[in-house]
Amino acid sequence: MSTSIRIKAPKTARKGDVVELKALIQHKMESGYRRDEKGETIPRKILTEFICLYNQEEVFRADFHPGVSANPILTFYTRAIESGTLRFRWTEQTGEIFEDSTEIKVS
Amino acid sequence: MTPVVLNRRQLLLGASALGASAYALPVFGAGNGMEAAIKAMFGNSDIAEAKVKLTIPALSENGFSVPFEVEVDSPMTEDNHVTKIAIFSERNPIPLIATYHLSPRSGRAKVNGRIRLAGTQNVHAIAQMRDGSLYRASANSFVTVAACIIL
Repeated sequence: MSTSIRIKAPKTARKGDVVELKALIQHKMESGYRRDEKGETIPRKILTEFICLYNQEEVFRADFHPGVSANPILTFYTRAIESGTLRFRWTEQTGEIFEDSTEIKVS
Repeated sequence: MTPVVLNRRQLLLGASALGASAYALPVFGAGNGMEAAIKAMFGNSDIAEAKVKLTIPALSENGFSVPFEVEVDSPMTEDNHVTKIAIFSERNPIPLIATYHLSPRSGRAKVNGRIRLAGTQNVHAIAQMRDGSLYRASANSFVTVAACIIL
């Protein structure tokens, strides 16, 4: 399934600041409760997990269930401690893992 | 004996209450097992109605995408922080909607997102602290077009 992410994260931050991170993931999040035009149930296919790693350390994780909307949007926070990489990793129920990242410069 | 006279407003209120309950009952009349789902995740400990602030729109025109924001009053230090926030629905076919895992590195115990709601209901947010204590809040949304209509 095609899926992609749009991330909104600051490029720079002051050490110790709490910064806002936004992720918009493109995914149908097929709930398993919808029917097609023939009346057949459309099988469930959702994202099950989203993780944000800051220099390889987990700072935020979400477990998703069918009650999460299509194209999940998430706003969360992390404390800027050092320059490095914010890695965003999301997993489909099939086990397939997708990843994207952004750099942050902390002074 | 005084005859009971209902004015138009009372009649309408009564009728809508009847309508609402008649609508809600056949679908998930016995409940969707939300309390059991909460116990399965957090055990039988008491959950205090404090510290958690859950915001959802009072009116949701589209149950497929309802924005929410949950914020927990916590310093988010090593000794005192939120470890988990879970969002529950009392009417969706699956009560647990999402769980968020936080740490002192999160800096702030606040999460926004969008959820599906299968009809007018209360949404519940439960937060667990590092010491295991639990806090909850709920908020109601009137949903005009429900997500996942099941026949």
